[in-house]
Amino acid sequence: MGPIYLDNNATTQCDPRVIDAMMPYFTEQFGNPSSMHSFGNKVGLAVKKARAQVQTLIGAEHDSEVIFTSCGTESDSTAILSALRAQPERKEIITSTVEHPAVLSLAEHLEKEGYTVHRIGVDGQGRIDLDAYRAKLSPNVAIASFMWANNETGTIFPVERMAEMAHEAGVMFHTDAVQAVGKLPIDLRNTRIDMLSLSGHKLHAPKGIGVLYLKRSTRFRPLLRGGHQERGRRAGTENVPAIVGLGVAAELALEHMAFENTTVKRMRDQLQDGILAQVPNAFATGDVDNRLPNTANIAFEYIEGEAILLLLNKEGIAASSGSACTSGSLEPSHVMRAMGIPYTAAHGTVRFSLSRHTRDCEIERVIQAVPPIVARLRKLSPYWAGDRPLAEPEKAFAPSYA
Amino acid sequence: MWDYSEKVKEHFYNPRNAGPLDGANGIGDVGSISCGDALRLMLKVDPDSERITDAHFQTFGCGSAIASSSALTEIIKGMTLDEALAVSNQDIADYLDGLPPEKMHCSVMGREALQAAVANYRGETWTDEHEEGALVCKCFAIDAVLIEDTIRANNLGTVEDVTNYTKAGGGCAACHEGIEEILGRVLAERGERFDPTAKATPAPAMGNLARIRKIEQTIEQMRPTLQRDGGDIDLIDVDGNRILVSLKGACSGCQMEAVTLGGVQQKLIEALGEFVKVVPVGAHAHAHGSACATEA
Repeated sequence: MGPIYLDNNATTQCDPRVIDAMMPYFTEQFGNPSSMHSFGNKVGLAVKKARAQVQTLIGAEHDSEVIFTSCGTESDSTAILSALRAQPERKEIITSTVEHPAVLSLAEHLEKEGYTVHRIGVDGQGRIDLDAYRAKLSPNVAIASFMWANNETGTIFPVERMAEMAHEAGVMFHTDAVQAVGKLPIDLRNTRIDMLSLSGHKLHAPKGIGVLYLKRSTRFRPLLRGGHQERGRRAGTENVPAIVGLGVAAELALEHMAFENTTVKRMRDQLQDGILAQVPNAFATGDVDNRLPNTANIAFEYIEGEAILLLLNKEGIAASSGSACTSGSLEPSHVMRAMGIPYTAAHGTVRFSLSRHTRDCEIERVIQAVPPIVARLRKLSPYWAGDRPLAEPEKAFAPSYA
Repeated sequence: MWDYSEKVKEHFYNPRNAGPLDGANGIGDVGSISCGDALRLMLKVDPDSERITDAHFQTFGCGSAIASSSALTEIIKGMTLDEALAVSNQDIADYLDGLPPEKMHCSVMGREALQAAVANYRGETWTDEHEEGALVCKCFAIDAVLIEDTIRANNLGTVEDVTNYTKAGGGCAACHEGIEEILGRVLAERGERFDPTAKATPAPAMGNLARIRKIEQTIEQMRPTLQRDGGDIDLIDVDGNRILVSLKGACSGCQMEAVTLGGVQQKLIEALGEFVKVVPVGAHAHAHGSACATEA
């Protein structure tokens, strides 16, 4: 049996139809869409088609609201820095404690440059504190930026409502929807969302292509200036093959939206239930009733995530973890810490993220593989004795800091 | 995914001496649950000979933490306590054919567990003065706390100073922004501003003769290890911070040459307290310096 890929929130496999559509744009259709001759013309039409395909997927009112970028991170940076440059009198940013580093690292950097960053916290299920959010909205705020769905737990933020709240306070609203686009129905024309980031490789398009949705009339300052590409809002020659690929991927994502929210969701639930039924001292993290259909994040107490991943990998199963070790940092995932998950569980979180390519037989195999791996590592754990944790484990084993 | 050696993987998949040890008379619990690595080392020590007759571990941690624990128990079994205390974290890493820089702290934790267990056996209390910060320099595995402390203790003011004193930033240079940031913070404490154009303070003084003797001594100490593997090393010349050596026998041109040079360089830097580059000369020498080799 082949390897099982349950790390689709990290990246997805390109759909073969996406690759087929891209291929001619590496060879005979190599023209620059800006050129006047026929080489460029056809390519320009292909980019136009892709733009319309993306427009349909996210429900944008106009195709000119779709700006192609190189990745989700570029879209996030463009959005936030644009808001600051367009409104230099506003020196504050609102975001959450559980954002992707694409937003959090930028916010931290802006803080060093003198901006004030308000990081709104979440509860134990990863739900945003809307009262705290409302309290920070003011004419001093340049932009509120909140993820649509969390990459680690899949927890969904009520961004449409939050955009309304921002709008009422006269504040621009951006959402990093990298995990949500393609998995949740999105209809931007009927929202107050001013800007949205998406990333191709999360929805079976290639890496190296992203989109910034920019609602018409939103004040904007480009990150990259130069040529007139993307109506001067993102200079630089278009990555045509990837744009064409993203267009096809957007169309396929729309076709599979129901499948994602029924079949994929059912497989995800079976995986989670199957594991939790067999493994003691384990629990699902995040807002399990309001999360992406493809994501299950399970905390296995008293063992460490990287060790779990290595043993899973040996069985041909790919997943990811919020442990400190997998990232080379000193702290476990900031998302787990923000939810108040204790260290003994936060280091043992494993994220399983499915896709429309996941099969039932794969889910069954993972359900069988996980319990013995957890048991094996717990046998090595100083918090564990026999078939259960030590009584008062954190007192029974209290290492001196080293 | 980490680039673990086969030996690390093997000790992780098949850990030796795992689980509780009945009749243990020396126990060391170290680590930090916030960092995700903690270890209980259990020793059975024969009171007459002070020899470790058995050693077991229980570890909460990643693959290399478990492998380091397993390696440690294998290394110290049969040693006297004093012999065991001489085991360094580098010995543990070497036993495993090396650890990624981000993971060197796993071997440090092993050594500390050993010190704690021996102290426990002897009825002493072990305290740890070592504090670990976020990893800044990935080429040489230097963390923020060490850099900050070194800047304070020596009144350093430039990135070059920091490299000279700690090695941090002496490899790929990607961490220079991070080092500048730490410098800025510490300099602000003493009411100064970081000046990127400032000249480095001269390296700690060691006479030329003393320095070369030290280099010779250090290389002499490493020779038996290399000779055991059928190789050898000779000091050719010292040119500023470049130390020219020739590798012979099995070492020369072998795939492990870069690793060997990296190890020699590491020992020399430790011995001299300054950053030096070990440069191989001779037929099979690589064109690039060993700072790059260490990154590889």
